[in-house]
Amino acid sequence: MSRVLVIAEHDGSRLDPATAKCVRCALDLKPEALVVAVLAHGGGTVASQAARLAGVTEVMLVDAEHNAAPLAAVLAPQLASLAAGFSHLLGPSSTFGKDLLPRVAALLGVGQISDVLAVLGPHRFRRPVHAGNAVVTVDADPERLVVATVRLASYSGVAEGPLAPVQARALDVALPSHTRLVARQAGGGARPDLMTARRVVSGGRALGSAEGFQLVAELADVLGAALGASRAAVDSGFVANELQVGQTGKIIAPELYIAVGISGAIQHLTGIKDARTIVAINKDPDAPIFEIADIGLVADLFKAVPELIGALRARAR
Amino acid sequence: MDTIIVGIKRVVDYNVRVRVKPDGSGMATEGLKMSINPFDEIALEAALRLKESGAFLHVVLVAIGPVETEQQLRAGLAMGADRAIRVDAPVAPEPLTVARALHAVAAREQAGLVLLGKQAVDDDHGQTGQMLAALWDRPQATFASAIAVAGNVATVTREIDAGLETLEVDLPAVVTTDLRLNQPRYVKLPEILKAKSKPLAVYRLAELGVEPRRQFTVHAFTAPPVRGGGVRVKDVAELVTVLDARGVLQ
Repeated sequence: MSRVLVIAEHDGSRLDPATAKCVRCALDLKPEALVVAVLAHGGGTVASQAARLAGVTEVMLVDAEHNAAPLAAVLAPQLASLAAGFSHLLGPSSTFGKDLLPRVAALLGVGQISDVLAVLGPHRFRRPVHAGNAVVTVDADPERLVVATVRLASYSGVAEGPLAPVQARALDVALPSHTRLVARQAGGGARPDLMTARRVVSGGRALGSAEGFQLVAELADVLGAALGASRAAVDSGFVANELQVGQTGKIIAPELYIAVGISGAIQHLTGIKDARTIVAINKDPDAPIFEIADIGLVADLFKAVPELIGALRARAR
Repeated sequence: MDTIIVGIKRVVDYNVRVRVKPDGSGMATEGLKMSINPFDEIALEAALRLKESGAFLHVVLVAIGPVETEQQLRAGLAMGADRAIRVDAPVAPEPLTVARALHAVAAREQAGLVLLGKQAVDDDHGQTGQMLAALWDRPQATFASAIAVAGNVATVTREIDAGLETLEVDLPAVVTTDLRLNQPRYVKLPEILKAKSKPLAVYRLAELGVEPRRQFTVHAFTAPPVRGGGVRVKDVAELVTVLDARGVLQ
């Protein structure tokens, strides 16, 4: 029987929805124990949010000042110590999990399975390779701890369930001082989070400038959508890096994805192919984005998008 | 501490679309153009700039793989690295094995900094740098979009989901590179010729005390499911009608 430990992602006061998705993936392992580890400073609120996730049997809370910033070098030895007695350690394939989990795995002398998109058995998983051009089956040595990151676009979060007990844990682990957090600049703003939004509107290089990109932002706002961008648009400096959607940016699975002026490089398509409905607006009828779009509109975006904004506003009234 | 080590992986060129073999045993890579993993090329460019700024004296390339990997090491030497090391290993060792080999080399070379790509574009693991940092018991700064070195401290800006984060790490450290760190330089013909005479050493994994033990078996390669054919709409009005019919505007 599996005993699964899931590392919680949070910002100190709020549990990230990525955690509920990792729990969903963990349930596929048919675990006898499903424990969420919350490493935080003043993490009582986060721990009680984790305790309410359906299927969780226990929350381990390590509340300490050194856990105020999520530094992999500081968190990894603690998580490695907590992982004793578990058969599986899961974390999100977000920048937080991608940074942390391989460090924990190496401390424990095991490898890692990145971006699990399906669980076929306690030691058999599916994951994407080559920018999503193939999916492979990975069999893990059943004698050893399985460390894996969960591809968030492949899982929906679990609902709330009965309250699981929260155990406070104090760890006696030597922690390094060689890594220090200097600053964090959140891009953010008022729009929904790109990773979890139901609707996403993205723009590409065809927007031409940061000012031009405002048109896409306006469409996003009319739809209550998150804002995204192609790599070309980010590289051109139209928007901040955290908006990049694709193989090396964010991999998302919204209900509605609208690609405006994005030609559809394979790296971008990798990031959106789990979206329920993909709409493409592009003036090039041969753009690869149309090959995967459910609804395609060949048009000049500078005409079509304002028209679409107008039509959606008229509906709302 | 005067040396930067840069990890180099040989991969199918970024611009080539790789397909699954009909029998599902792997990817059909035979005869395809091979290149340095693009993130590793960015790591090398960062290393060369740090050397040019005077922060380090030597740039040493390390690749783990079969003899063909030397083509990519020569390409890296042509970009400006001083020398190269190939650790002989069969194709596609697991990241933990690569990290163990890099750890042994970093210790031998007394490296001040190890720069690696944040992931390889073939197997997309994204693990090696973090594993190396753990084995070496040194700091890591992943997904770097800016690196500055002053004395024994590196200040690294990281691209994270929420925006940007700046870390200060004591050297030696491991830094993995993201796309926007730099634009790698073009190589000129004289450099390609010069690279042929630069030193390239070959080690065996056993010499480094590394056992290439496998924990995972990878099989059943399949092409991802293809999305069904979509519809083309003629104008915005029809687009709104179709979106409505699908119920996605509720």
